Amino acid sequence: MNRINELFKRKKDGILNVYCTAGYPQLESTVPVMKALQDSGVDMIELGMPYSDPLADGPVIQASSTKALANGMTIATLFEQLRGFRQQVYVPVILMGYMNPVMQYGFERFCQHAADAPIDGLILPDLPEYEFETEYGPIMQRYGLNFIFLVTPETSEERIRKLDSLSTGFLYAVSSSSTTGKDKDMNAVNNFLQRLQKMNLKNPVLVGFGIKDKPTFQQACQAANGAIIGTAFIKALEDATDVEGATKKFITDIKS
Amino acid sequence: MQMTTTTKYQQPNVQGYYGKFGGAFIPEMLHRNVEELRSKYLDIIYDPAFQKEFRDLLHDYAGRPTPLYHAQRLSKQYGTTIYLKREDLCHTGAHKVNNTIGQILLAERLGKKRIIAETGAGQHGVATATVCALKGVECIVYMGEKDIERQAPNVARMKMLGATVIPATSGSKTLKDATNEAIRDWINNPVDTHYIIGSVVGPHPYPDMVARFQSVISEEIRWQLKEKTGSELPTHVIACVGGGSNAAGAFYHFLEEPAVQLVAVEASGHGIHSGLSAATTQLGKPGVLHGSKSIVMQTEDGQVVEPHSISAGLDYPGIGPLHAHLFDSQRGAFLSATDEEALQAAFNLAKQEGIIPALESSHALAALEFLNPVNAKKGEAPIPDKAKFTKDSVVVLCLSGRGDKDMATYMKAMNINK
Repeated sequence: MNRINELFKRKKDGILNVYCTAGYPQLESTVPVMKALQDSGVDMIELGMPYSDPLADGPVIQASSTKALANGMTIATLFEQLRGFRQQVYVPVILMGYMNPVMQYGFERFCQHAADAPIDGLILPDLPEYEFETEYGPIMQRYGLNFIFLVTPETSEERIRKLDSLSTGFLYAVSSSSTTGKDKDMNAVNNFLQRLQKMNLKNPVLVGFGIKDKPTFQQACQAANGAIIGTAFIKALEDATDVEGATKKFITDIKS
Repeated sequence: MQMTTTTKYQQPNVQGYYGKFGGAFIPEMLHRNVEELRSKYLDIIYDPAFQKEFRDLLHDYAGRPTPLYHAQRLSKQYGTTIYLKREDLCHTGAHKVNNTIGQILLAERLGKKRIIAETGAGQHGVATATVCALKGVECIVYMGEKDIERQAPNVARMKMLGATVIPATSGSKTLKDATNEAIRDWINNPVDTHYIIGSVVGPHPYPDMVARFQSVISEEIRWQLKEKTGSELPTHVIACVGGGSNAAGAFYHFLEEPAVQLVAVEASGHGIHSGLSAATTQLGKPGVLHGSKSIVMQTEDGQVVEPHSISAGLDYPGIGPLHAHLFDSQRGAFLSATDEEALQAAFNLAKQEGIIPALESSHALAALEFLNPVNAKKGEAPIPDKAKFTKDSVVVLCLSGRGDKDMATYMKAMNINK
């Protein structure tokens, strides 16, 4: 069984998913950061593949991508780094990235190498539902990769149901219709999450965007199965000399 | 905006695809805005009241129809008959205003209170700031930090027109990054904001919508040419292509006329393979940029690369999906001109016809050197025979903009070439 599905079977709430950028802050940081995240008690990892034009990310994550690219990170390098990483990292790992680099790598080849790693799921925010259904979804399915769609407060109920039916693993609730890294009105977030709760969706819901510390994490967990932290963690690594230590401190502060 | 009967090239399919290119590769956060536009744009644009207001503004405010000018000395020089479509005489100095007038009227009907736009050289930014002033709507223009330094007069124009110019400081700090920032702004302001994209790029329905607004160019060419020659159809239409909005407008009503050769001219900077070029079809591969699948200049790893052209308006690493399809299907012939060739063509037109063209349009003019029957130069890439003309050809060249904004570059060239 896919590690994501296994996790949600075992644990229904308070799930902490943390985003990190592959090849950041140093090229070789990818696996050590994931290991430190896991050892600090993170339930799931979203591993970002850097891209030159990341539309759905805010300035902090874009800057980490720019740094990772300057460090020499590529998809091919990433798969090399991931060789044997399951001896150290057993939590579910999702690759997040944009269509263009994946298409250049070759979509099927990418899925094959992700499944070999093995990676558990993909988030490609600029892959639309039509192309997912007609072209790319069946390929991911063939390689046993989950695919996670995003929903926002502006997404209609009908469309949420459609995206829920297409998603495998979980549904990624964007806490406000916004790129990552901005402060949000938590009341608006909660209204949206409560609306999702009442819909009895097929998938668990993780809330992302705007979660930065213990209070925001706990609040998000009240109305969803868990939350995803990205920008705040990348910021914590920005000036860190001891990357693993900084990772552990950041996660401990949230989970304590 | 008359419809021709068949639409093999003119219109995308229901998903926004021109052949293999197009679509709407956007994050969910943009879905509502783009879907709102997609579901409403045709009904709004073809509403008679909209058409009346659009046509009246094009006529009374933008100065349309622009002349179709028989350039006699240029014709003699190149041994054929050449007409210039004078988009350089539009208000604000280029064809860009055709689209911004259309989109501001659309935004008004969608109830949007705030306009955002991206700009490279500043021409689209100025055209957007202009129509926002006309309608009294808030206007925010994203512009790469580097471009702000390079294009000070246009930044001043936008500010004088009441727009806020926000520097894009991410990535390469140029047009593609300004576009990223504008898209992010739209994501963060999903209810009250309309994004006026300046070219036939972006997610469906933008390429089709912008092409329809610009199609007034070829609509006029048809009836103007009929008045002058007795035939609506030229043998060749030539236009420069960055994202491709003036080319889309100049080609539009000839797309389904196989007798008309369509010639697109890209900017090859210091040379196609110099590493400083913007010749997207020569150097690019299929990919996704700014919400649509098209041809994109990129590294092997799929990172978008920074192009180069002396002309900021052609300095874009992608191309509209309509043009990618024209290239792929060979309906269009794609040529390129270097910085130097464009400069020579600009000075030539100034002396031959008393018209100082924009550097963008100068790339289209430079193509005359490769295509003429008198004394054709060899191009860096092979030139398709069908693009070449004879003494009996009737060539229409879209002079998309005037050269005022490029005087600093021209002055520099004159000192060097003295």
